[in-house]
Parts: sequence; C-alpha cells; structure tokens
Amino acid sequence: MVQGIDSMAKTTATRGRELDRAGLSDEQLVAMLRNMLLQRQLDNRGFQLNRQGKIPFALGSEGHEAVQSGAAMAFKRGADALVPYYRDLGLALGVGMTPFEILSSLFARVTDRSMGRQFPNHYTNHDLGVLSISSIIAAHCTHAVGVAAAFKYRGESGRAVICSNGEGATSQGEWHESVNYAAVHGLPIVFLVQNNEWAISTPQDMQMKVANVADKAPGYGLPGVVTDGFSPIATYKTMSEALERARTGGGPTIVEAKCYRFLSHSTDDDDRTYRSREVIEERRKLDPVPRFEQVLIEAGVIDEARAKQLKQEVLRETNEATDSAEAQPYPAPETLYTNVVAGDHRPWQEFES
Amino acid sequence: MTATAQQQTGTTVMTNVEAVRTTLHDALVRDDRVLIMGEDVGARGNVFLITKGFLEEFGAERIIDTPLAEASIVGVAIGMAMEGLRPIAEIQFADFIYPAFNQIVGEAAKTRYRSNGDYTCPLVIRTPYGGGVRGALSHSVSIEALFYHVPGLTIVAPSTPADIKGLLNAAIECPDPVLFLEHKKTYRSVKGEVPAGYYTIPIGKADVKKAGTDATVVSYGYNLHQALDAANRLESEGISVEVVDLRSIRPMDKTTILESVRKTRKLLIIHEDNKFGGIGAEISAMVAEEALFDLDAPVRRLAGPDVPAMGYAAPLEDEFMTSTDEMVEAMRELAKF
Repeated sequence: MVQGIDSMAKTTATRGRELDRAGLSDEQLVAMLRNMLLQRQLDNRGFQLNRQGKIPFALGSEGHEAVQSGAAMAFKRGADALVPYYRDLGLALGVGMTPFEILSSLFARVTDRSMGRQFPNHYTNHDLGVLSISSIIAAHCTHAVGVAAAFKYRGESGRAVICSNGEGATSQGEWHESVNYAAVHGLPIVFLVQNNEWAISTPQDMQMKVANVADKAPGYGLPGVVTDGFSPIATYKTMSEALERARTGGGPTIVEAKCYRFLSHSTDDDDRTYRSREVIEERRKLDPVPRFEQVLIEAGVIDEARAKQLKQEVLRETNEATDSAEAQPYPAPETLYTNVVAGDHRPWQEFES
Repeated sequence: MTATAQQQTGTTVMTNVEAVRTTLHDALVRDDRVLIMGEDVGARGNVFLITKGFLEEFGAERIIDTPLAEASIVGVAIGMAMEGLRPIAEIQFADFIYPAFNQIVGEAAKTRYRSNGDYTCPLVIRTPYGGGVRGALSHSVSIEALFYHVPGLTIVAPSTPADIKGLLNAAIECPDPVLFLEHKKTYRSVKGEVPAGYYTIPIGKADVKKAGTDATVVSYGYNLHQALDAANRLESEGISVEVVDLRSIRPMDKTTILESVRKTRKLLIIHEDNKFGGIGAEISAMVAEEALFDLDAPVRRLAGPDVPAMGYAAPLEDEFMTSTDEMVEAMRELAKF
C-alpha cells in the first residue's frame, strides 16, 4: 500500500530546514517556485477573464503546480518532447512556453500558434517539442508513443518523451494500448499520470479498482512509481530518474503523481454539485504553492522579501501578457479555410483538359 | 524484385497484390523514413503475403509487428509522422478499422488544421476492403463513405496494378494522411502492365478506362472491372459506354466526370459500398448542380443494398454484390432511355 498525499505532504512539510533538494541548485529551486506562482496567477487570470465575459472558457490547473513544475524541471529542452493534456499549464510554461502564448490562446487571438482554432490549454509548439493535442482523452498517448518510437528508430539516445494525463485517462483503451506498445518495444517514454482524484465529477474509485494508477504497471511489465504531486522536489526526483532511464535505453515508467484539483473542472463546471466543500478545504491546507514558498524560506534559499518580489514579478508578467494578448486582433474569417491539407484544399478537383 | 534489379524502362505484367508489394518494397529501399507497421506484417509477411520477406530484408525496426490493437497502430503511426517519419500503417482488414476511427477522423485528419500547420501528419493507412471472397460480415466491408465526409483526409482506391503503383507512391509522398484502399477481390484476379521505375499519379485525378458515347459509368474497385466487362459486352449490341475509373475518392475529379457526362448525357454510378449516403450520392449531387440540363436521363446508381453487411452464405453474398449482368442491364436501359 502506498501512502496518499496527506501523509506524504506532512512528511515533506516537516522536513523543513533539512531540505532534500535532489541535487537542485538554488536557482533551479527558485525557478520551480516561480513557475508555480506564475501558474497560479495565470490560472486565476483565466477564470477572471471568463467571469468578466472576455473569454468564453478557461480550465484551471490549481493543485497541479507542484507536479508540473517538478516534471518540467526534469525535461531536457531541445531533446525531450512533451505530449501534454489540457491541464498542463505548468508543464507548458516549464518547458518554455510564455504567458503571452497562454493568454493569446485564452483570447483566441491571431498570435496563438493555432491562430485561435484550439480550445484554451490545447497547446502546440513544435519548436519546443510540445505536440498538438485534441480534447479526446488519451488519444494523445498513442502519439507520444509514436514520437518515442521515432527517437528510438533514429537511434537518438538522450531523448525521451513525457506523456501526461490525468487518472481518468487511464480508463481509456488508448492509454492501455499506449503503455503496452511502449513496454513491448522498450521505448523512451515516461507516462506521467497526475492523479487529482476527479475526472470532472467522477471520483477515482469509479474509474479503477486499484488504489494507485501505478499499481497497474506490473501488468505491463513496467516499473510504476507513486510520487508526492504536492512536492515539486519529489516529483522532480521521480521524473528525473524515470526520464534518465528512458533516455539511456531502460524503457518506459509509469509515474503517478498524487495531487488534487482545487477548482471546478472548467469555467463551465460547478463542482458544488458533486463534491463537498469540506474535503476541498482540507486539501487546501496542503496547498503546494504557499507550502513550497515556505519550504524555500525555511531552508534559506530565499527570504520573505524575495518571495514577495517573485509574486510581484509574475503578477506584472501576467498583466503585461493579458494586455498585449487582448490587444491582438482575432484571426481573419478567411483563415478558417487554410491548412486543411497542404496547398489549396478542394474536395472536387478540376484539371485543365 | 529489388530496386536495383528492376528494369528502368519497359513494363512488367503483375497482379494488384504484386503491385502493392513492389511499390512498398521500393519505398523502403528509397527512403529510410518509411516504416511498415501492423498486425502480422513481419514474420508472417502480412495475411496476403504482401510483406513476405520484408522482415529479413529490412529488419524488425522497419517492419513492425504491432500489438493487436488498431487504435494504437494508427495512433502510434500518427506520432511517428508528427515526428518526421513516413509510416505506412496497415489495418489487416478494412472491417477492423473501426477501433481506429477516432485516430483517423479525430486526430490524423485534424493534426495540420488544429495546429495551423505547426504539426503535420504524413501518414499512409493501407487496408484491404470489399467483398466477393466469402469474407462474411467482418471481412467484406467497404468503408470509404464513412471516411469521405472528413476534410483533412485523402482517400484513394485504385483498381489496376499501374494505378496502384502510381497512387501508392503519391500517397507516400503526400504530406497529409492518406487512406489507401485495396479491393481484396482484385488482389490476384486483376493483372496488368506496370511501367518500370518510379512514378506517381496525381491524387484526385480520375481515368477514362474505356471511351464511349452513349452513357457514362463512374466506378472504382472490383466493380470497375465488372463495369468494363459489361461495357465490352454491350459493344456487340452497338451500345458504346464510357467507363470512368474514379481512382481517388477524396478529392474527386470533377473535370473528368463532367466532361464525360456532357458528352454522353447519361450517368450511371456503380459502387459496392451502400447506396444511401454513398459516394454516388455526392457525385449525383455535383452533376445535378453543375450539369443538370446536359442530362438526357435521370442519374442512376447501382450500389450495395441497405443492410449491415453481406452474409457468409454464397446466396447472401451474391445478393449483396452487384453482378455484371445487372450492370449490363442497367447500362442498356440507360443508353436506350
């Protein structure tokens, strides 16, 4: 039996001054905290803009900040690929996407990489190795395996793929097919499952009979690891080990990061209809963002003034990104017809006779 | 036949299945981004022996026996394609493609569009389709109408060895996902001359397989060969039927269809896939929009009946499939209308 986030969180919190930094420098630790603060700020901004009637939709990642900043720190830029799901704001930021890109997507402006086509949080950035995804749960896992297969086929050791999804996705056949395929072929991939206990309104025990997603790993002949998704350092450590194993020919790992979804599924959801406030309040006491800030202060990595400064920085950055994204034009209507296929798209072909 | 041994001039007579095999082989020789993946494509050499010997020649890295799971055969191939490879995914029988429906329709067809060109999906999905081989409910279906509704997909269904080679080469070159349909009844029953050397046939271009003046037949697949037989039989009656081989289903060739219809002023569409909502419906609508007043007779369609599938029993299969006699009858009636 593996401990849940409550017990793990307490362990980490009481560690306090004897910080197990998993080889991370002060600079890296601060970058992780900054990523978490920025996630929180951008998350809030999305919901605010929706409530102001400025954007139609937003998805929150609150509660996922720690796992994502830790996993992103383990990602090797310029080598690894990220195949995210729609609740991966922190991973996207952590591998190099900017708040302006995020806000352009929320506002559906011309500066969004998909040119305002995709739903918010459905990132694409080929330059950074962030694959384009759909909203169909776990469909992207097969693509992640394909990217890993390409790395292996070309003999590009030193490269690995992070395939990310929630625990609900592990009910899908395509998640199973992906893990199985990657296991059989020994591919360089890490299946990161962010278990936030909820798939919209469906709790974990309605998705699976096992206590941990990682318990499924032996069925594929793979290592499965449970990590504290409220601790960026713990997640970093687990993901670094799994990614390094993948990059050096050791094959896939299933990493389950236990976290929690603090907000409703999206701006269109109302979680009061299916879960109690009390549980959320309990979980909030373990909120990884203020907790990691406190951990770094107690360990002497930063002081209160630096923490305050970081928060001001990410607020300013979010404000600037909001203003500049909002000021961008919408895509022109005629762009609807472009990039269906290469070149001129016509279902009826006409030829010179 | 290896690429080096292949003559660069002249033609070779081969069957449809040999044309698929030769073209795949040459693609593997030509481009190391090309991989073949699917169920039983390795040691078994595919259930129709299309890839026999490929495993030994090209290795398990390029001829991949996948787990038995169609969604991931296509899905993993999509990921490979997004990462710059040129995978050729095989679905063992077209009937088995349904588990991969989302990967083809929801993912492959939308990759370029949803990323606005940031990612593309140069993928070929090959699959044998069609009846006439006593394949019963789940080894006989035609799937083209289920997919031709989908923008972003390209669908080709060549009927002769020369067209198979040219269009399979074009499909492998295509920077977008292509569904490549091979009528299994024609695999060994159809033979023809195939030009040597590398060539492509433009996707979206039909071919007039027999010129005629009294009526136009548009068809593809196994039906195309029956239609040619029927048209040849009618020559002795002095009835001249033009037979257009569609070859590409998405996109389709408006020019060739309209030119033929404006000449013969009569149109019969023949396909094995179900009539309701089938390829013939779109062709009929296009001709009605573009050339209604050039027609001297109502458009006719011969197609699969509105039942879920053909049965295993010979009479049930025969009842489903359009016979050459029925085609002769329909062409004669139309020509005399």
